[in-house]
Amino acid sequence: MTWGVEGLGVSLGQSQALDDITLDLPAGRVTAVVGGDGAGKTTLLRVLAGLLLPTRGVTRLPERAQVGYLPARAGGFRDLTVAENLEFVASVCRLPDAKRQADALLERTGLAPFRRRLARDLSGGMRQKLGVIMAVLPEPALLVLDEPTTGIDPGSRADLWHLMALAAARGAAVAVSSAYLDEAERAAWVLVLHDGRPLLAGPPDRVKASLPGSVVEVDVPADPARAWRRGPRWREWRPGGDPAAVEPGLEDVVIAAALAAAAGGEP
Amino acid sequence: MSAVEARAVTRRFGDFVAVDRADLTVEAGEVVGVLGANGAGKTTLIRLILGLLPVSEGTVHLFGRPPSRETRRRTGYVPQGLGLYRDLTAAENLSFAAAAFGVAAQPPPAGAETGVVGSLPLGRQRQVAFAAALQHRPELLVLDEPTSGVAPLARARLWDRIRSQAATGTAVLVTTHYMDEARQADRLVLMARGRVVGQGGEADIVGDARAVVVRTDDWAQAFSALEGAGLSAALVGRDVRLPGAAPEAVHQALRDAGLPADVETEPATLEEAMVLAARQGGP
Repeated sequence: MTWGVEGLGVSLGQSQALDDITLDLPAGRVTAVVGGDGAGKTTLLRVLAGLLLPTRGVTRLPERAQVGYLPARAGGFRDLTVAENLEFVASVCRLPDAKRQADALLERTGLAPFRRRLARDLSGGMRQKLGVIMAVLPEPALLVLDEPTTGIDPGSRADLWHLMALAAARGAAVAVSSAYLDEAERAAWVLVLHDGRPLLAGPPDRVKASLPGSVVEVDVPADPARAWRRGPRWREWRPGGDPAAVEPGLEDVVIAAALAAAAGGEP
Repeated sequence: MSAVEARAVTRRFGDFVAVDRADLTVEAGEVVGVLGANGAGKTTLIRLILGLLPVSEGTVHLFGRPPSRETRRRTGYVPQGLGLYRDLTAAENLSFAAAAFGVAAQPPPAGAETGVVGSLPLGRQRQVAFAAALQHRPELLVLDEPTSGVAPLARARLWDRIRSQAATGTAVLVTTHYMDEARQADRLVLMARGRVVGQGGEADIVGDARAVVVRTDDWAQAFSALEGAGLSAALVGRDVRLPGAAPEAVHQALRDAGLPADVETEPATLEEAMVLAARQGGP
């Protein structure tokens, strides 16, 4: 089953939060939604989670009980222990076999020694892991995670991506938002949002190949408006192409596309 | 004379050794990135360098002398939480910081002129925090996770700013969890369990760390089979990567599951190398 949205628009008060978003969420695929603060990631994820009705467009989403949603900076009820949080999910979702599954996930993500700790006393990474485990435990058809890895160290981030991969391997469609392209490159499909609109979309390799022209690395940029830093040197987008092109990363391509969108007004 | 010179610095909290004989130097005009898992000792090391915590052993010198109010005056610091007063406007924050350093206040950045700081978008708040840390023209800039949650283009602009500072001779010490950001540094320092376990460019940090990469038509089956065999697998696109795994164990697990797959060994990524370093010698 492929979930998703088509021609989605969301107006919040006077402002247009999302415009013309089309995104497929096939079962078994991890899809990353990328953008900065205010790009519309959270709004899109709230629509996917069934918490916000779109102003325009079509949605194909599972019923609410089949969606696992983790809002940004959530991660369990703070005044319950890790074990109590998981028991709560098992009881609310009527999951008779959840204990064994939860134990395996706690073990796999290094949370097992902290079963009796209050969620409020966990580190940021541990709380996010608890939140994702709570979201995957009922085996939802669609898993929606809002910036689960922001500010989280690489070890916990690897565990979080592991939980997403386990859910996808079991057949869930996974939608995860992030502000970081190096991280989004791990997804099978990336949607880059910019001011509520789609800037780029596709498998990371295809998105990288889609940039017109070339990215070069130089000491002094020819056109500073098309250049950004990479360590002590600059990277510069040359829309007409350049034989000295370097292989751009996903971040380079997104920056170039954002510069093009800013220069050309609305695409 | 180095802007920062930490020699064999150790810091204990009771029996816990947070920083263990760490060496770190930052020269004028150099951008040094400190990487490491939570609990690796990055934040403690920064607090030792800033003089916010005394060392248990070893020496820290800033501009050739021990940390003091005088060295603090020559240092700009943007903590992870930004360190702004959320109930004050950007202009009020800037004039407060300027008064503390005894310099003239700079005007607030464009788009941050009105409203209290707490009401500004995160990206603008970061610009204000940078402006506040830079207005006394520090010779050392210390940035803790400077661009967490910032859009790629806005992040690139912040790095333009950091790099322009370095170009005028400011030493920059930055901690990050993100590999795109680590690549902005001239030199990287990898910490694990309180120690400096790697230094240099990306290739030096990765060293000889390898990852086994499995490519197959059905990644989910391969992933489940490898997991079932007790191997730690990571999904990247449709490839399954196993940093630090023995290729033979991977072949065996796939053979046992009857799964044909293309198995190769590749250099680990910077992030994989960091995770391996953090996990070496126990969780």
